[in-house]
Amino acid sequence: MLSAPIPMHIPDGFLSTPVSVVLWIISIAAIAYALRRVGNELGERQVPFMGVLSAAIFAGQMLNFTVVGGTSGHLLGSALATILLGPWAAIIVMTSVVAIQALIFQDGGLVVLGANLFNMAIVGVAVAYTVYRAIHRLSGGRQWGIFVGGFLAAWSSIEFAALACALQLAASGTSPANVAVPAMGGIHALIGVGEGLITVGALAFLYATRRDLLIAGEGSTPQGKLVWGVGLAIALLLAVLSPLASAYPDGLEWVAEEHGFIEAARAPLYEVIPDYLFPGVSNEALATILAGVLGTLIVFGVVFAIGYARRKRSAT
Amino acid sequence: MHVHYLDPYQPRHSPIHNLDSRVKLALALAYLLSTSLTPAGAWASYILLAAILLSAERLSDLPFSYFLRRAILALPFIFAALPLPLTTPGHIVAEFSLGGLSLRVSAEGLIRSASIALKFWLSIQMAVLLTVSTPFPELLQALRALRVPRLLVAIFGLTWRYLFVFADEALRLMRARSARSGQHPQGGYRSGRTLAWRAQVTGSMAGSLFLRALERSERIYMAMLARGYDGEVRMKPLPPLPIAQSIFLWIGIGILTLIAALGHFLTRLG
Repeated sequence: MLSAPIPMHIPDGFLSTPVSVVLWIISIAAIAYALRRVGNELGERQVPFMGVLSAAIFAGQMLNFTVVGGTSGHLLGSALATILLGPWAAIIVMTSVVAIQALIFQDGGLVVLGANLFNMAIVGVAVAYTVYRAIHRLSGGRQWGIFVGGFLAAWSSIEFAALACALQLAASGTSPANVAVPAMGGIHALIGVGEGLITVGALAFLYATRRDLLIAGEGSTPQGKLVWGVGLAIALLLAVLSPLASAYPDGLEWVAEEHGFIEAARAPLYEVIPDYLFPGVSNEALATILAGVLGTLIVFGVVFAIGYARRKRSAT
Repeated sequence: MHVHYLDPYQPRHSPIHNLDSRVKLALALAYLLSTSLTPAGAWASYILLAAILLSAERLSDLPFSYFLRRAILALPFIFAALPLPLTTPGHIVAEFSLGGLSLRVSAEGLIRSASIALKFWLSIQMAVLLTVSTPFPELLQALRALRVPRLLVAIFGLTWRYLFVFADEALRLMRARSARSGQHPQGGYRSGRTLAWRAQVTGSMAGSLFLRALERSERIYMAMLARGYDGEVRMKPLPPLPIAQSIFLWIGIGILTLIAALGHFLTRLG
């Protein structure tokens, strides 16, 4: 009943030891820093506040709604926690949730716990924060910014965590990248919509009952450029690595090249994103990366420009 | 909801249950690490690891079927390793066609995906054994002994304690929703309006759960203050490990290291 609703918890055995160790080191450093930041902010309230809210997010994952047939939408909660509590507290809350899921309910392994913490507590939170802040700025603090920002933050927290998970599987040699990345990315693009809808519902409820939590909410106030930059960097890195890994499959190509099914397999996969490829660049992977990076930069550039112009106008 | 409904701990009087929680956690982690380090295709090492696991399960006084049932829950993830036999280059052992697509199965790929499945199967059962034989408070103490920060351990402890309270709260919210919702007795009629509406109702439930948690955390903080809490997390010092248990711990770690080393030696040889 309390098992994780979203298939993103990697069990033991699926990641190679070096990948697990590297991600453990990153996660420990980030969590230790977050603990200190939250401790400075909340002081002695830290333990009861973080503990109780982790329990609430954990139990909140039980809430579901019917999508179609037997499938249902669920909440993972990293975006909601980020918007309401701020990135540092959200990292602690998600750490507590993911660690207990692994320790008690075997949702995710223990050797690979570092990787699961990285995906859900760090990538999920940092990307959600970056997206939410960007939209918030864009909206100039108006109502739609909270809801559009909430939806996109929730969707991207799921999608980017799934891409990170797929790349870890590929880097461990468990799953070929050109299968894992489209499969994980595709499934979670749908699951992310459910997450986004629930998050918006929760934000709408809180907007009606406790507007102060959202207006002065931790997610709406700038909390250092650090998380923002890290979130942007993670998003960019994953946007680069995912198509790169898919474009250089070491396995499927071997089967495909020998049977001429490479064109057949590629056509539908690349028809979806034909404009992703750069004209004039012959290397397909390079072109995809260029397009990915440029796209991300353009989006953030536009967001910044509009936000800046808006602030200037309101200042005069 | 009663704690025992969710808590996987199974009280027994077995040698495994009586082992110090610190020894149990350290050995379980060593076992998982050793399994993770064993290279693909080192069957001898896997047999030894399986033998250790099965004897520990036998000693725990719980039926094998119990472990199998809990291990099956994580099984869907195995799909991630399924394409490997088809995509790993190497010696081809089988070839068949499927709707115009001819598939080739390579020996290397088969070995790799079988090894991943085995590692997963052994690891998850060891993790199940750890949780069914150790109450969570003892597991927290063991985490402390392994130098997990006290603050984090205290947060884990509170999360666990209030998880059941909020699971109850979430169940009440869902019961209230189904009490207010209707469904046509004959199938084929859509109920519950649109998808977005249903999602919004669920979102409101999540929001109200969050608000209740926020208010409860205030009350808990006040109650802690009233009992003299000053921000310092104090925990009872752990008793020293009995000498027999610590010898057992180091022998266990030694054996597990040897098994992983054996795996590397065998695959290097072959």
